[in-house]
Amino acid sequence: MSAPLNRHSNILEFAISSLLRRKSKNLSLLVLYTLIVFVIASLIFFVQALKHEAASTLKDAPDMVVQRMIAGRHDLIPARYGEQIRAIRGVSAVSPRLWGYYYDQVFGANYTLLVPDPKQVEPGNILIGPGVARNQRVQAGDMLTLKTSRNAPLLLTVQGIYPSSSELLSSDLIVLSAEDFQEMFNLPPGQATDLAVTVANPRERVTVATKIAELFPDTRPILKSEILRTYDSLFEWRGGMMVVVLAVAVLSFIIFAWDKATGLSAEERKEIGILKSIGWETSDVLLLKFWEGIVISLTAFLVGVVLAYGHVFFFSAALFEHALKGWSVIYPQFKLVPVIDAYQLTVLFFLTVLPYTAATIIPAWLAATVPPDAAMRS
Amino acid sequence: MRKSVAFTVFISVNLFLLVLLTLHARYRQTTAIRERLGRAELVRTLQLTDLCLFTEARYTRHPAMADRFAPFQDHPGAMEHFPSGSLVTPPHSNATRQEGS
Repeated sequence: MSAPLNRHSNILEFAISSLLRRKSKNLSLLVLYTLIVFVIASLIFFVQALKHEAASTLKDAPDMVVQRMIAGRHDLIPARYGEQIRAIRGVSAVSPRLWGYYYDQVFGANYTLLVPDPKQVEPGNILIGPGVARNQRVQAGDMLTLKTSRNAPLLLTVQGIYPSSSELLSSDLIVLSAEDFQEMFNLPPGQATDLAVTVANPRERVTVATKIAELFPDTRPILKSEILRTYDSLFEWRGGMMVVVLAVAVLSFIIFAWDKATGLSAEERKEIGILKSIGWETSDVLLLKFWEGIVISLTAFLVGVVLAYGHVFFFSAALFEHALKGWSVIYPQFKLVPVIDAYQLTVLFFLTVLPYTAATIIPAWLAATVPPDAAMRS
Repeated sequence: MRKSVAFTVFISVNLFLLVLLTLHARYRQTTAIRERLGRAELVRTLQLTDLCLFTEARYTRHPAMADRFAPFQDHPGAMEHFPSGSLVTPPHSNATRQEGS
């Protein structure tokens, strides 16, 4: 073994022995440190995978959705708007969408009712999402009863259940015919929930949206890029709970670093004094403290990241489930496709390993520059 | 075994695990293509605009379709009371915004 490598190996050996002498303190530090890395890395993995999923599946969403706004609220849109929008140059298709919500008073769940275009089910039949099937405890071929707006029961046969792989999209869906939708909600004739507009040339979408807004000032066109952007900014670190979780994790980390940076214990000072008196150079002491910092922080980083991956991608982020579920009765059971963002992991590495190691070295450097006898006496 | 050697082995095993997990992520992305195509097909045929993440409030079920002030319920000063409302940021939708900007 070469001399420099041998030197590092011996100092690392001494550093580990030194850490093991204060086993309980360092072990609790390591556990907490690992926990902080675990929470932050779990969030990073979860959010990245979800954003990736949204971007890859919603790229096939309608080019533009046109809503009608009345008194600042989403309202039904007359189908004749669609005919005039269809006449705008660049618009290749306009399709009225019929969809709405249904609150099931028995199970306390909210369902999304949707009419596909073109027709996929005959009147009296429905296709349901896996979440609805779980909630209602029904299978294909069973009957489902919904209450119409006139308080009359509407009996529907479950024609099929969407596969569990689509749960992230279809969990609360009930797909039904336009006739049954009309029976359910008794919509005024010639009205739709909103309009899906297809614009063949992506460059013309903004122009078309502007023209629609000018033609119908009471409408609000939502572009596909805005739908995608909504999911890109979902769980943004600056907003809501994310900032709380991150702030708690970062604050805990600052407390660690502060504890280290504010100085060494009397025992550690004495140890440095003894090492210097038996011939250790200041650089050797700094190297020792560097390795002590690396042993703790690198171990916490690697173990935390590996555990976080398992938590999010093998155990479906079970620890986050209660926070994500909120008051939802229907919660999708999905397994995310793993995405590892090297950039974010690198940032996490530099934010956790380096500051801690630096915070270990600085007070040691201050202690190592005083004469050995003074260090031992202090 | 020297403690330094044991530590080096431990770190190497962890690094190896991290490499394995990266390979696992790539493998899963390849095998999930069919499932993902199925989901994209569902989005296309049903003209879906949102993921089904939170079903407790309409603006968290369809954040892309929500009113601009829907998360504030009845007036802009109202307190947010759905738990998922604190996880989902308000939509950035604005018809006059430049696409892709």
